[in-house]
Amino acid sequence: MAAQARRVRLWQGKIETEVLVQGSGPPLVFLHGPWGLRADTDFLARLAQTHTVYAPRHPGTSPSDPDAIYQLDNWWDLVIYYGELFDCLELRAPAIVGHSFGGMVACELAATMPERVSKLVLIAPLGLWHEERPVKNWMILPEHECRRALFADPEGEAASRFFGLPDDPEARVEARVSFIWSQACTGKFVWPIPDKGLKKHIHRIAAPTLIVWGEEDGLIAPAYADEFAHRIATARRELIARAGHLPHLEQPEAVVSLVRGFLSA
Amino acid sequence: MKVCMFHLMPYRDLPADFDQRYKSAYLDPLWFDVADPDKVGQYYNWTLDELVYAAKAGIHGLCTNQHHQNVYGFMANPSLMGATLAKLTNGLPVAIVQIGSTLPSTSPPTRIAEEYAMIDCISGGRLVAGFPTGLPTDATISNGVVPIEQRERFREALDLVLKAWQARERFAWNGKYYQLPMINLWPRPIQQPHPPVWIPGSGSATTVEFVVERDYCFCHLSYFGAKNAETLGDYYWETVAKKGRDANPYRLGFLQLVGVSETDAQAEEYAPHVEYFFHKLLYTPEYYQAIPGYQDYPSLVRAMKAPLRERFDLRALKYKDFVERGFLIAGSPATVRDRLSEAIKRLRIGHLLALLHFGSMPHELCLKNIDLFCREVLPHLEPFWDDQWADRWWPQRLQAARPVAPVAGGEA
Repeated sequence: MAAQARRVRLWQGKIETEVLVQGSGPPLVFLHGPWGLRADTDFLARLAQTHTVYAPRHPGTSPSDPDAIYQLDNWWDLVIYYGELFDCLELRAPAIVGHSFGGMVACELAATMPERVSKLVLIAPLGLWHEERPVKNWMILPEHECRRALFADPEGEAASRFFGLPDDPEARVEARVSFIWSQACTGKFVWPIPDKGLKKHIHRIAAPTLIVWGEEDGLIAPAYADEFAHRIATARRELIARAGHLPHLEQPEAVVSLVRGFLSA
Repeated sequence: MKVCMFHLMPYRDLPADFDQRYKSAYLDPLWFDVADPDKVGQYYNWTLDELVYAAKAGIHGLCTNQHHQNVYGFMANPSLMGATLAKLTNGLPVAIVQIGSTLPSTSPPTRIAEEYAMIDCISGGRLVAGFPTGLPTDATISNGVVPIEQRERFREALDLVLKAWQARERFAWNGKYYQLPMINLWPRPIQQPHPPVWIPGSGSATTVEFVVERDYCFCHLSYFGAKNAETLGDYYWETVAKKGRDANPYRLGFLQLVGVSETDAQAEEYAPHVEYFFHKLLYTPEYYQAIPGYQDYPSLVRAMKAPLRERFDLRALKYKDFVERGFLIAGSPATVRDRLSEAIKRLRIGHLLALLHFGSMPHELCLKNIDLFCREVLPHLEPFWDDQWADRWWPQRLQAARPVAPVAGGEA
């Protein structure tokens, strides 16, 4: 079943957000990473086989309202905004799957409003910082280094799809703009170091949590999986072989089956 | 017209294999592997000497600028240079063009309002207040400014500076980025209501629109010559017309590399220095400059469809190419006059910012360049526009007819 794009207006009418909705079953919110939703559609379709998947675009990354990003100034705004979005979508306590930046948002939501999150899946989340293993700054990487950081196989099919551009000139401009603007908008909350206080809030996370990490993540070292697992009492972690920072794109079968197993348990 | 000397204060003596060792002139070169602090001290002094020499030779303005963590130009605080120049040129009819301190990376920006006011006071009202938004690499990497906030910060900071200069009473500032409980600036500039404001830009449609709306002078800091600036220049003048502003050429400043010699053939003496400039100093990969968020959404869409500014493989070009393409205007005084006149007319340039030192150019050659330029070229450019237009973006005390330029000679 094709995803339906729903537009929601909130934040005193000042922000319009596009939410991709598909599937049926218990509600699941997917929060995307810094590069937008374009590459995640196949993964969402798989999740939609067992869940009603809501995939909101982060503020400013909906093509109809790029200036929405200027309405939110900090993490406190962002968390309150997501609380309002859950209300608008009538989501009382969905499961949240968050990737990278989206994983960091998911953590903050689950720590601030533990009652609003039933289960938490974190795929290579941002949010912690280790002096000896600094997170690579993806916003200033040349493409060939970015490929190596994001993918276990930088020339593989998943990488080609992720970096590939459509032939149609207009769609091409759209894809490039979205790829850059999504990083600009999400970057607002994590620049220049993605360590914004989660370490002080993370102990409040109470939802059962699954941490998924690619064994060859070149952006956020897999050792961070232990950092997160150590700080979240209810967490277990799983490493995915032959996967980088986007394990759900590089090894979709493995990730989907782990996530399904965890959510149905 | 007005002609200013621009100076970047670069590292003049990089190792020959610099291009192989580093991918970028910014951020990557390690100080302890490359730099000699005694040499750097010498560069700062030469830079000041060269600018003062140009002032004595009759140039109309001296330009400083702010950059960080690179070999290309490191006046990390241009106010230090501007204050020194103000003192050293007292009594000369030369503007101190600070173009300038970058507002978004200075917190609170009232610091810049104070520094500029000090320079205006020290110089006797000769300051031009330039406000760049700052290169992305400087503002967001070297100074940690959130890329998507850089432009908003800049605009709030500029409003704050202008109010701090002009307010007759104390006031509180409750902004998005800056909150200050009590502002009562000391000192204030001599120039009232405030010094002329120039905004440099390199190709952002949003900056162009902003500058025209606010009636400031827009300075196109391009290193790629007049030909490559035509798209942006045309866009600028179209915007000026569309917004109902007059076509006063003094609304536009333009930067141009210039090397003057006795003959066209002799001008090849600039070859190693211009190649050093483009191959070593200007070499900064796009991933350090085009950081997501440095352009707002409309500029980003525009850039993806039809960029206002082209990109070049600079290391593939040689002296001959740089001259042919107009990146460098070099030759005999007659050649330089002709080519500059063409550019001035085509783009309607009111303020020419001549980069008379570039790359590895030694001190002596720079003085020769200044000397020839000021004696043989400048007098021919001065008459442009003045019969029709007044320069509203120039310090008032320097508006009067200029005294005959004294013959250059000796250092400060």
